[in-house]
Amino acid sequence: MADTDILKIADREFNSRLLVGTGKFSSGKEMAKALDASGCEIVTVALRRVDLDDPNDDMLSFIDTDRYLLLPNTSGARDAEEAVRLARLARAAGCEPWVKLEVTPDPYYLLPDPIETFKAAQVLIKDGFTVLPYINADPVLAKRLQEIGTATVMPLGAPIGTNKGVRTREQISIIIEQAVVPVVVDAGLGAPSHVAEAMEMGADAVLVNTALAISPRPSQIAKAFKMAVEAGRLAFLAGIAPERKFAEASSPLTGFLGD
Amino acid sequence: MIVYINGQKRTLDGDVTLLELLEKLGLNPDRVAVELNHQVVLKENFSGHRLQDEDRLEIVRFVGGG
Repeated sequence: MADTDILKIADREFNSRLLVGTGKFSSGKEMAKALDASGCEIVTVALRRVDLDDPNDDMLSFIDTDRYLLLPNTSGARDAEEAVRLARLARAAGCEPWVKLEVTPDPYYLLPDPIETFKAAQVLIKDGFTVLPYINADPVLAKRLQEIGTATVMPLGAPIGTNKGVRTREQISIIIEQAVVPVVVDAGLGAPSHVAEAMEMGADAVLVNTALAISPRPSQIAKAFKMAVEAGRLAFLAGIAPERKFAEASSPLTGFLGD
Repeated sequence: MIVYINGQKRTLDGDVTLLELLEKLGLNPDRVAVELNHQVVLKENFSGHRLQDEDRLEIVRFVGGG
């Protein structure tokens, strides 16, 4: 089964259904070890102004770009225009023209702005980008984005960095049911049980960052997340037993001991 | 000539290319991306591009992110 359960995003194929972010790690070395332990193949990064007083700060040296597909995000963008600028800068820096489109102007919940996200997606798709949009778990928005040609939809489980799990479960179910592109549950996933839940629901992949980065043992928990993604996916494909109202005995209701 | 780099005003002597400026700033041209007056400049054009008075530059690099 493992051989044929390939994750296909746009024109590329992947074995791992765990995407990993690179923010908040205590060191480049810890980050590199965690990425390795996670088995991921897609790694997100952000773009920020160079610090003119410390020009040699370079985290890219800790990421093997032959091994991982670098997926730049547009975090920091307050509107569509800034998101487009960031995507184009990433492409100019040598990235594949793939972008995690993230427009999160609100600093308290970092919720993605649906209107600016949609506008940016239109421009970037026209400009030849493979667009992976980060969105709230809005099934209608997800549908509209797929109609204009995004390569995935990436609904949040809970706000970025909150580690609350799949709090948007009902909406994500609908998105999965209606999707024609891979659904990547992204943000708020704090424990391996959360990603197992998302995969059991039928998500195609998950994206995790904070939970790995702030753990006291990032590589160890990265391995746990890897196992949880695989377990959830295997269970989904096998067929998960449905909930029942009444109890159903595991053994026959005959042949009991007599008086 | 005055240029603005990442929001900071800087004075430069006469004839400077973008590549020379990056080198002056201690930056590896392979690890940064540059926007000049809101237009992305491709890496291969760094050496050929002469800066002008009042140019606004955004020089970015990759950092960790989710």
